[in-house]
Amino acid sequence: MSSILQLQNLQKYFATQKAVDDISFNIEQGSIFGLLGPNGAGKTTLIRMITGIFYPDSGSITFDGKPFDGLNDAIRIGYMPEERGLYKKMKIGDQALYLAQLKGLSRAEAMEKIKYWFKRLEMESWWNKKVEDLSKGMSQKLQFVTTVLHEPKLIILDEPFSGLDPLNANLIKDEIYGLAKRGSTIIFSTHRMEQVEEICDHIVLINLGRKILDGTVQEVKQQFKENKFSIKFSHKPESTDNAVFQVLQQKDNALTVKINEGYSSNDVLQYFLNEQLNIESFNEILPSLNEIFIGLVENTSATARAFQTIS
Amino acid sequence: MSKILIITQREFLSRVQKKTFLLTTIGLPILIFVFYAMIIYFSVKTTDNFQIAVLDQPNLFNGKLADEDADIVFSFVQNETASSLKQKVDTEKLDAYVIIPKTFDLAAIKDSLQIVSKKSIGIMTRQKIQHTISSAIEEKKLLTGLSISKNQLDSLQRSNEIKFASTEGKNDSDIKAGISYGVGFGSGFLIYIILFIYGTMVMRGVMEEKTNRIAEVIISSVKPFQLMMGKITGIGLVGLVQFLIWIVLVIGLQLLLPIIFPDMLHQIQAQPMQPGIAGAANVAQESGAMAGIMNGIGLINWPLILGCFVFYFLGGYFLYSALFAAVGSAVNEDAQDAQSLMLPITMPIIFAMVIMTKAVNDPNSSLAVFGSLFPLTSPIVMMARVAHGVPEGVTVVQLLLSMLFLVIGFIATTWLAAKIYRTGILMYGKKPTLKTLWQWAIRKS
Repeated sequence: MSSILQLQNLQKYFATQKAVDDISFNIEQGSIFGLLGPNGAGKTTLIRMITGIFYPDSGSITFDGKPFDGLNDAIRIGYMPEERGLYKKMKIGDQALYLAQLKGLSRAEAMEKIKYWFKRLEMESWWNKKVEDLSKGMSQKLQFVTTVLHEPKLIILDEPFSGLDPLNANLIKDEIYGLAKRGSTIIFSTHRMEQVEEICDHIVLINLGRKILDGTVQEVKQQFKENKFSIKFSHKPESTDNAVFQVLQQKDNALTVKINEGYSSNDVLQYFLNEQLNIESFNEILPSLNEIFIGLVENTSATARAFQTIS
Repeated sequence: MSKILIITQREFLSRVQKKTFLLTTIGLPILIFVFYAMIIYFSVKTTDNFQIAVLDQPNLFNGKLADEDADIVFSFVQNETASSLKQKVDTEKLDAYVIIPKTFDLAAIKDSLQIVSKKSIGIMTRQKIQHTISSAIEEKKLLTGLSISKNQLDSLQRSNEIKFASTEGKNDSDIKAGISYGVGFGSGFLIYIILFIYGTMVMRGVMEEKTNRIAEVIISSVKPFQLMMGKITGIGLVGLVQFLIWIVLVIGLQLLLPIIFPDMLHQIQAQPMQPGIAGAANVAQESGAMAGIMNGIGLINWPLILGCFVFYFLGGYFLYSALFAAVGSAVNEDAQDAQSLMLPITMPIIFAMVIMTKAVNDPNSSLAVFGSLFPLTSPIVMMARVAHGVPEGVTVVQLLLSMLFLVIGFIATTWLAAKIYRTGILMYGKKPTLKTLWQWAIRKS
């Protein structure tokens, strides 16, 4: 598969901070890409450069094989910012029509697509309502529709599930999968790691304006695994002193162990087989993205990011 | 380009479809009409028992001067001087006085009489005084048997004008001057109001987009400049449409005036029709008060005034609304922040208003010339000068220069404002100071 988006050495400095400091990565077409990072890491700045709101100070963005051109590529990008915005006093139908036309659709095209999406998400009865009459979740749904309506090649969603009930969240999630299947690429920016693990194919973690992690979810987990295993026995194990592993935790007849350097999981099994213990289950414990995230970001002063001046 | 149009369309329709639009559009002309009717009513109303002293040195009138309706009392005085009469008028023992000098010559071309009063005399009263005196002079002329042709008589009538002056020595006789003043002040004031109303409308629109956070969505589809220009044009169109509706309504209501004031209608119809004697030029003297105003209105160069009004309205609006948009983009939800940042914009508007009140009296003073050339004040000040006519109020060169400067000024402020806007619209948090705004404006890229 080819890359839809290539970022090369992107930099954006503001007067008081380096918001994005030399970031490069590729995004494959049709993938669901997770852009992760703590608050103030530079995610929004990065996204704003990808959507053409900001120009990078240096570096290049290649979109679909050609240098990115904010205005002409706008129709092929859909962006849902974290802070939702809609005109409160405008009728919902008119609003969707307006935003679609701004993307470059003709009135007739826009009308057709709005009808399709409103029907799909059961929003047809909303047409003449105003945004101020909608609940938060409802306006979230509307915002999602206005983002993907023109079936852009690249969809950028910033915290798309916040404020949605599980039912509607699943509805949106299914639409996201559907869009990816039909060839759209989705950039998914969030702090909710369990959603990332569930949805994303590929992730990039940025902190303090720099990329600190890049890979598929499995790769990343493999990279950060600590050789921990959980073993469950039919009865409580007695002595567990040995050179192969250390016991980290013991709970009734289950053990959590960390394998020492130079040994493999087979050595552990070998040990317990020799001990004549009846093993019920043996699983590798991979770190959750949440743990990886916290481990990487903690102690980098990211939580209280100062607006340091550029020397 | 078409995206600006889409934005313009939304900005226009979303405002025009509001109920408040209908309310102000219909309500304001009615309010103006009521004011207008009141002003006319008071200026037309005859003062009862108007005391006017006549110092008839050549004894021209033989002590006989009387108003038909006896509303005006002419009292002949002797042993008085101009200064003693003036004092009496000042202390309000008399309403007005007129001195007929010994040298007064009925046949002279340039001689004219001056009615001096403290307060400006109402138009109806003025008409009556003029009518009484000029018909007395008429009679006198016939009695003295001057053998003159009809043509000469016509020109004589015109020469023996009766002028009005205030005790401060200001000439108060020129109806055209009065109307020029009114038109100049009115149109200048109207532009002042328009700049404020529509400027703040633009500002609030921008603030709404920023606080709603819809700006970020839109700016990922269109350039910030397109969004700003679309909004400004859309609201400008609202103003233009509203203004056109007002003009239509005001003209429509004006046609109703004679019905509400049947007296006036009567006067207009009762114009003495003496084609031979009453030439076109002294219709104002011979006919009723309303016709006098109409005649004065006819002396104003309306195509020029309207053309200039539309030009300065649009120029001023675009110049200032870009600045208002920049302020709107810089502030957050807090309306008080907007107040302090608006000050540098409202100051020149208020300053222009002050200059305008001076310029309308003295359109060629250096302050008026400066104010009408400087683009931040010219939309308001120039209207006061243009009302006095070209070239009496303003020279053609100055007018063209002022228009050129306004266009340059508009381009410059829009350029600066667009840069502030682009940065401000996505900036949240701390309230920016004027200094930071300036940094945004001059920053390159």
